[in-house]
This record gives sequence, C-alpha cells and structure tokens, in this order.
Amino acid sequence: MNFGRFFRSTVGIGLTAAFLVALPFIAATGGQAWVRILDFAILYVFLALGLNIVVGLAGLLDLGYIAFYAVGAYTWALLASPHFGLHWPIWAILPIAAGLACFAGVLLGSPTLKLRGDYLAIVTLGFGEIVRIFLNNLNAPINVTNGPQGITLIDPVSFGAFKFSGTTQIFGVALSGPQKYYFLLVALAILVIIINIRLQNSRIGRAWQAIREDEIAAKAIGINTRNLKLLAFAMGASFGGVAGGIFSAMQGFVSPESFSLLESIMILAMVVLGGMGHIPGVILGAVLLTVLPEVLRYGVGPLQMAVFGKMLVDPESLRMLVFGLALVLVMRFKPAGLWPSPERQRELQETGK
Amino acid sequence: MDIFLQQIINGLVQGSIYALVALGYTMVYGIMGLINFAHGEVVMIGTLVTITVAGSLIKAGMPVAVAGLAGLMAAVLVCMALGWALERVAYRPLRNAPRLTPLITAIGMSIVLQNLAMMIWGRNYMTFPSLLPKVDFEFAGANFTMIQVIIVLVSAATMGGLLLLVYRTKLGMAMRATAQNPAVASLMGVNINRVIAAAFVIGSALGALAGVMVGTYYEIAHYQMGFMLGLKAFTAAVLGGIGNLAGAMLGGILLGIIEALGAGYIGDLTGGFLGSHYQDIFAFVVLIVVLMFKPSGLFGEKTGDRA
Amino acid sequence: MSANLPEPLLEAKAVAKHFGGVKALRDVSLSINHGEIYGLIGPNGAGKTTFFNCMTGLYVPDGGGFTFAGAPLIADAPDKAAARGIARTFQNIRLFGNMTALENVMVGRHVRTKAGVLGAMFQNPATKAEEAAIRQKAIDLLHYVRIEERADDLARNLSYGDQRRLEIARALATEPKLLCLDEPAAGMNATETEQLRELIDGIRCDGTTILLIEHDVKLVMGLCDRVAVLDYGALVIEDVPAVVQKDQRVIEAYLGA
Repeated sequence: MNFGRFFRSTVGIGLTAAFLVALPFIAATGGQAWVRILDFAILYVFLALGLNIVVGLAGLLDLGYIAFYAVGAYTWALLASPHFGLHWPIWAILPIAAGLACFAGVLLGSPTLKLRGDYLAIVTLGFGEIVRIFLNNLNAPINVTNGPQGITLIDPVSFGAFKFSGTTQIFGVALSGPQKYYFLLVALAILVIIINIRLQNSRIGRAWQAIREDEIAAKAIGINTRNLKLLAFAMGASFGGVAGGIFSAMQGFVSPESFSLLESIMILAMVVLGGMGHIPGVILGAVLLTVLPEVLRYGVGPLQMAVFGKMLVDPESLRMLVFGLALVLVMRFKPAGLWPSPERQRELQETGK
Repeated sequence: MDIFLQQIINGLVQGSIYALVALGYTMVYGIMGLINFAHGEVVMIGTLVTITVAGSLIKAGMPVAVAGLAGLMAAVLVCMALGWALERVAYRPLRNAPRLTPLITAIGMSIVLQNLAMMIWGRNYMTFPSLLPKVDFEFAGANFTMIQVIIVLVSAATMGGLLLLVYRTKLGMAMRATAQNPAVASLMGVNINRVIAAAFVIGSALGALAGVMVGTYYEIAHYQMGFMLGLKAFTAAVLGGIGNLAGAMLGGILLGIIEALGAGYIGDLTGGFLGSHYQDIFAFVVLIVVLMFKPSGLFGEKTGDRA
Repeated sequence: MSANLPEPLLEAKAVAKHFGGVKALRDVSLSINHGEIYGLIGPNGAGKTTFFNCMTGLYVPDGGGFTFAGAPLIADAPDKAAARGIARTFQNIRLFGNMTALENVMVGRHVRTKAGVLGAMFQNPATKAEEAAIRQKAIDLLHYVRIEERADDLARNLSYGDQRRLEIARALATEPKLLCLDEPAAGMNATETEQLRELIDGIRCDGTTILLIEHDVKLVMGLCDRVAVLDYGALVIEDVPAVVQKDQRVIEAYLGA
C-alpha cells in the first residue's frame, strides 16, 4: 500500500483531517493529561522536522539542538512574564525568538561547520551544555534567568482577547486549554511539514542533500558548502526557537532542566528512529517517542500489579529501561528507521540486509 | 602562587581520570569510527560494583587492602564482560548500517545501563568505602594526599602499559592495522572481530580502573555519575585528536588542568561576575576554541580531502 | 609571440605542488586552447591528478598559477572554479549515491540558478519557472548521455558505465567552458570505451573544451588535438599526438628506460 498517495488523495486528506480534529476529543475522554501529551507529541513533531533539515537533509550531526529551543523558550519567558514585568504580544515575541535562535545558530555554526561529522557533533553537544549552564547560573549578580528555579507565571499564547489557557466555548463546543493549543500546534506543524517538503524538493534542498552525500563532489559542481551548511543550521535553529516559544507559553513555566542533553538526544533519536530525511518517518518517530514513554508510565505500574500482584521494580526506571531497549532493538532490526524513504528501503533490500 | 600549584595538582589528578576514560572512547573510535556513548555508564558500573564488593568484604571483616583489591578486580572483570557484551550484542550487527544507527544504539544502551544500575543500586548517593589511608603531604605551600599521588602514578603506569601493548605486541599491531584500513587488515589475516572486541574489553578495563579512582577520590557515587564524566572524557579525546592514544592521554590531563585552573581563577578574571559553578563550561569552551583552530584536535592527524 | 593567435582558454604557469618532501608538480606550464580536446597523460604517479586538483581548487598550488578565460583563476575553492566554468569528473566516480540520477543532474544546475529559501517556501512564479527549467535541462542532459531510462534510479544502483555517463551529465549541467575528465575510460571494455569516445567527441563538437586525463593511450591519441605528457611531476612534451607518439623521452617514460 502506498501511504504517500493515500495521504494525497481527497479521501485521504478528508479522513486525516477528520482524525486530527477528533483526536483531542478522543484523548480528553482519558483526561486532559492525555491531551497535553498529544500537544507535546505535535510540538516534538515540529522540533524533529526542524532538526531534520539539519541532520536529515544536510547531514550535519547536531547534538545541541535543544539549545535553540531553550533560546526560544527563554525569549518568550522573559518578554511575557512578571519576571521583568513585560507582557509583549505573540507577533512581536515569536519573530524575536526565531531571530535570536537563528543568530545563536549562526554564531555556533560559522566557526565550526568546517569540522568533520563527529567533531561537529561533540562541539554542538558542548554548545548545548554551555547554554544550559548559563541558564542555570545567570541569576547572579544580575538576575536574568532566575537560575535553577526557572521562570513562572509566563503568559499563555493569546490573540487579542482570545487566550489559549482556560476553557472557552466555541460554536457551542467547550474547548479546554490543551485542546486549543492542540489546534494551534497542528496548524504550526502542518506549516512546517509544507516548508520541509518544499525545501526538500528545491534547489537549496538538493544542494543540502548533495553535501550530505559527498561534500567534495558538491563543491566541485559549484556549491558553496560553507554558506549552505550555515543556512541549514540557521533554519533548523529558527524552527527550534519558535517551538521553544510555544513550549514556554504552553507550560507557563521554564527551567534549565527542560533543556538537558538528553532532550537533544531524544529529538535526534526521533529523527533517526523514524527514518532520517523522510518526513512521514520523522513524524512517526516524534509521535512514538513522545507517546511511548507516557504509555509506559501509565501502563508499567498497573501491569506489574496485575501480573505479579506487587510492585517489583520502580515503574519510572522500568519505563526508561524499556525505552532504551526499544531504541536498541529498532536500530538492530530497522537500521534505516521505522519508516525510511522508499528509495532507501529498496536499496537496503537490494543489498541483502 | 600556592593556589596555582594547588590547582595544577588537582587538575592533574582529575585529568588522569579523564585520560583513562578517554582512552576507552578513542580506542573504539579509532578502530571502528563509533562514539560509544555507553562508555561513561561502564565506568559508573565499575564504581558501583566496587562499592558492593569491597564494601561487603570490609563488613565481613576482611582487611581493607584485600577488600579493595577484590573490589577492583571485580569491577575490572564485570566491566570487561560488559564491554564485550555491548560490542557483541549491540554494535556488531550494525557494522554496515547507516552512520547514525550505531550512535542511536549507543544512546539506547546508555539509557538501559543507567536504569539497570538504578534498579540494582537505587537512586540515592552511595558512599564509597575508604580503601586507601588518608595521608596528607605538603609541598611548596600546596597540599596533596596519598590518594592523589596513587591515582596519578597508577594512571601513568597503566597508560604506559597500554602504549607498550599497542606498539609492541601482535594484538597492538593488528589494532593499528585495523584502524588504518579494516578491509586491508582483514585481507592480511587480521581477525577484525577479535580486534574490535579487544578494543572494547581493554577500554572497559581502563574505564573500570577509572571508576574505582573516581570513587576513591570523591568518596561518593551515583547511577548518573557516568554521564558527565563520560562527556568530559569524550571531550578530552576529541581535544587530543580522537583515535590517537597519546592525544587522549594528553587531552585528558590538559582538560583536567584547564578545568581546575578555570574554577580557581574565574571569579578573579571576571571581577566576580562568573563564579566557580561555571566550572563545567571550560571543557566545552576550550574544545570549541581548539577545534576552531585545529579542526582535528591538538594531536590529531590532518585529514586532507582526497579526490 | 604573435598577437593574432586567440589567447588560450586555460594557461598554467609554472605550477608547483609538493607534499612533504615529494615534489608532485615541478613548474608545470601548459595551455589549453578554445574548442580542443587536450590530453594529459603520464605513468602512474606522474602528477596528473594533482595538476587537476590544483586547477579545480581542491589543492592550493605552492607556486605558479592559472589564467582562465582571460582572468587569473583564484584557485582556493572548488565552488569558485565551477562558477568560473570549470567542471570535472572524478577518477573514482563521486556521485550523490542516495539521490536519483535525475536529481544528480538537477543539483548540477545549482551554480547557474538562483532560487533561495524564501522562493522555495512561497513557491513564487519565478521559482516555479526556474525549477521547471532545471528539471527540463536535466532530462535533456540525461538524454544527451543516453541514460534517460535510468532517471528515477538511485545513482548508486546504476551500472559502472552509466555512472560515468551520469557524472559527465552532472558536470555538463554546470555549463562549463572547460570540462575535465579524470580517467573516464578506466575499467571500461572496448565497446564502452568506443561509446565514450563518441560522447566526448560530441561534447566538443557542441562547443565545450575538454581536458582529458587518461591511461588508455590509444584513446588519447585517437581523440585529442594536442597531448601533454607528465613524468615525475614535470612536463615532458606538449604537442600534437603524432609528434608525442614518436618522442623518445615519452617512450622512455612509459617503458621506464
């Protein structure tokens, strides 16, 4: 069955749209917590597709992607919270968040993009840690980030009087805060999917793929690899910045803890696990890796009770254990990811394993 | 002046530990181009195994020296087995997979090991039994302990031994040949699987030793301790030029000293604006600056583009 | 010299390059005229590929320099050389393996097209028109090298001969004034070599100057207008094939006197 064609057909689009609209209401029957999980799944789709530009298309291994997310999140937190007494509107903050993240991307990228793959990986990783350490410690002597306590009471997303927090009646339907964010995030995710698809099939996107495949050959046909890598880095960073801003508003709270290396690794895992460079695969990876740990969180405890009649192991660690094993097993049996692009799949089949 | 000397000594000790761990990264990377993210967890398990073994032996009334040695032996054996199993089960099936696949596997294994350790040893900090007598020395206004001296000496001896192994034995030659070109090495009769397994096993043994040193030095251990240690050690390996044994050793020691000096002086340098809690930043700042000017690390070979 | 001769397309002046103590190129001077097929031959390790890499910006020469199409060639970046109109293929084929044959040629249009990120995002008419033109040109080029039926296959899955052709098509997509082929006949059988000869001759007839590095002396002598011979990094002779073939130094270089 050809999923790609299915999703492009009218029926396919209709069914997908109906499913996407119904989803938050279905999830709400299990409690608002599940809607919130759904929101995060889509936020991660957004983030993973941003990183896909850098890793999947241009082939640059970025292990510090979360730093740009952090820049966006703190931009929103500082410009729309009682911390500095600022309450700027979304149309001012989001461009600033994207711009600052983009600037951070260029700042990191311009001296380091000549490095070979694995060196770039460790440098970006280091950069991510530097950003986190600063967020943790910039509460003295001037209190900028409020240190490990983080920033609270951050304004929600609002357009004029319409706030995304709290419940609102729209056309007689009661929409909770998480449900409203869900629709905002779906809209943003669709936007980033369209941008990804268009970039992939463009002059720039082809040049990125050429750099990923063979940098020397790419140079030999006239591609300015340095500028194009920087562009990929900056674009990925901007997406991260926007996602961070929304995250901040949605949570109402940010602290450095949310921007650890593990988060960077998670997003990278989403891209690779799903099928690097293949948009539907990346979406699948993001949704799976957000939802799976949550399902495990709610499932592992009761399951133990049912099977053994008591709690044998701490559910929290068992959950992460299963998650780690899942990563290992998927890579073992689907080395190109769960849903690789058709060309790659064919190629792997042709080479035997 | 005494602060300077003091920090140099502290840095040398910390750096020796980084160097031992960095060797594990660099050997595996040099031979198969893989960042073995789980190596930090191997070190952590080495520390925790020692706590269990040495701790219970001491409780059973064994002399501390015997218990300590038994703990060290146990840690080395467990870690060697772990390193071997990691390679055999997780990485070997992925030799020809796309480049990022083994990296994700390594990250997955790291998560698995960390959580296994949490299940076995719990989520609380554990006290490391004191295995060495606490004797202090003073030299030119700086203080240092017996433990520090032993850490530095044992690391130096171990690293010397490793260099002998790599440059004077048949296994070492096979390892160097594989690092140069696995295909040709295997045509020359080198058993690639054995060489790679050896790299993992030796690296893990060094890691276990480092784990025991960390425990002895800081007297405390935790299931998450491997992460930052591994990260710093990997940074040290890259700093020295990854794949290069001497580079990893020098990179480790250099990183330790830079961190110690940085932590000692950052307050004065920035007029009190940045405090010593920025210590962790030095490793990464130095790394970025070095790689900007020496893209293959301080002692790495220049990898020219070949057409 | 006489002023009525048109100036050469490419002129190398005393180009030198050494690796450590090894002198790979010793003051090599030669010139390639507009519209000719120029052969560069020599035994293994004579410095042919090094010369190539200096010219296309992959190496920076240690001495001397190049003049290309009337202006000095600042040979420090391969992408600049390509923009100036020098395209190349590689001795050990370097295609973009996980891209299709068509995409490989399309990406070759990069240096002659303009669309940026915003154009791609908003799909404005200019971008769409340019994209269509890129695709059409790429299809035409695949036809030109006669591998159009492999357009949608991944480059890595093409046969060896087709990969060579695809690499040439990709180089041609950059609209080069000078096309440099690094041992294009390596590993080909007699039939394939003959087809390659026709292709190269055709490219020249369509107006592109060609620099050919080749081991197959028969191919070079039959195809080239002029031939230069390198030995131990130094130029031995530069002349028409008939003269080169009879030159005693060349025979010695090849037979290892």
